[in-house]
Amino acid sequence: MTTDHDSAYDSLADEHGGDARWAFGTGFDDPLSGVDTAVPDGVEPADLAAYSLMLADDALVMSQRLTQWCTNAPELEEEVALANIGLDLLGQARLLLARAGAADPTLPGRLAPDLPHEDALAYFRGPAEFRNVTLAEGDNGDFARSVARLLIFSTWRLALLDRLTSSRDAVLAAVAAKGVKEVTYHRDYAARWVVRLGDGTALSHERMSAGLNATWPYVEELFVSSDVEQRLAAADVGVDLAGLRAEFDDVIAQVLPLAGLVHPPPENTVESAGRSGRHTEALVTLLAEMQGLARAHPEATW
Amino acid sequence: MVTTVGNARGGGAQGGTVSDARAIAESVTDPELPMLTLSDLGVLRSVEVSADGGVTVTITPTYSGCPAMDAMRDDLRRSLHEAGYSTVDVRTVLHPAWSTDWITAAGRAKLSEHGIAPPGPARQRAAGPVPLTLQPLVRRVSCPVCGSPDTEELSEFSATACKALRRCRSCREPFEHVKEI
Repeated sequence: MTTDHDSAYDSLADEHGGDARWAFGTGFDDPLSGVDTAVPDGVEPADLAAYSLMLADDALVMSQRLTQWCTNAPELEEEVALANIGLDLLGQARLLLARAGAADPTLPGRLAPDLPHEDALAYFRGPAEFRNVTLAEGDNGDFARSVARLLIFSTWRLALLDRLTSSRDAVLAAVAAKGVKEVTYHRDYAARWVVRLGDGTALSHERMSAGLNATWPYVEELFVSSDVEQRLAAADVGVDLAGLRAEFDDVIAQVLPLAGLVHPPPENTVESAGRSGRHTEALVTLLAEMQGLARAHPEATW
Repeated sequence: MVTTVGNARGGGAQGGTVSDARAIAESVTDPELPMLTLSDLGVLRSVEVSADGGVTVTITPTYSGCPAMDAMRDDLRRSLHEAGYSTVDVRTVLHPAWSTDWITAAGRAKLSEHGIAPPGPARQRAAGPVPLTLQPLVRRVSCPVCGSPDTEELSEFSATACKALRRCRSCREPFEHVKEI
């Protein structure tokens, strides 16, 4: 059975039955392999794909920001926490990108027609083709600002996913049901840190307050449905974003008083429209980092 | 075993073929928790063998981002190929979502034997919005080394998505705990 190999890597590949281990691309199975991805009645496939892409991009971009804390977090435990939360969101993104590609196979398009949908969509779209909310893409700032964003993001996403569990699209419903379990502890983690820093020393309070105020301008966008979101909510496949506001406000109202933080003024908002592909410069540099390897070496294996 | 499979592929399923394929699939281990089989972990949902000998294995993911899922699919395919099943299809089912409650009693015993505290019952959710939990959950977890119930959580997050890091206050040993989900 022993085979001579010139390279240790060849023997590793042999040990794994000769399966190529791709850095990205064909080495990973379709995460929806064997799942019925039929589009529900009365829904345009392109709409379902666009909607799945929005939810995927929120998770993908947020995941990329969270993992940028690796080697930079204040404590090893927090680094592990942020990386784990980022990994959960990356997994949600993979399922949702695959769902988008299955609903509308023409979507991944032009640049990488041979790659699986999830890879083509993650690595070969430009910033204007991303549909994430602006909240997700901004620079991390300090730890306080990052946990402020994570609290806002996960409070909103949890309310959204919880409603999405009753979607008429069985794939979205199942992805949401799993996601609810995960985003529940993401939100708890972020809320505990907001309270701890807000109710901590004068310096930690000051930075927590600054982090919250810097993040709050991107809250309004979370509750404005695009045309696609409105159509899918009307078809009982998507979620009406305006309907999430009360639950969001209620959670924030539980956290801020315990943290000794003043609610940012409602007029503190900027016009943002990530859902229509208008993004800040921060997304451009984020994608350059995330996509650079895949674009430079589209056939790379490891 | 291979002979039985060969008969099946040669024409018509024989008794025992499904149970053979199932036994092979059930013996594949989790790459992150190698003391557990996929069956122990509760991710193996079904094994079917068609009349022409093709095997369809259905698994369900644990966490959305668990990187072990790809390895599990590869390992299932390889094990079944090596046993003579030439056509193997590993499928995914997403609903209902996996819970640590699906880890079998045998699986829990193996975790303990290997120094990893098994999960307690998953929390049942009441109607209405998901409640915010500002205080870390107080979990009653006994030390898998000395059995003492006097343990504390060091880190809610650990080397894999499914585990927390704890320490025993009696014997002072640190240990991992599979979190309830």
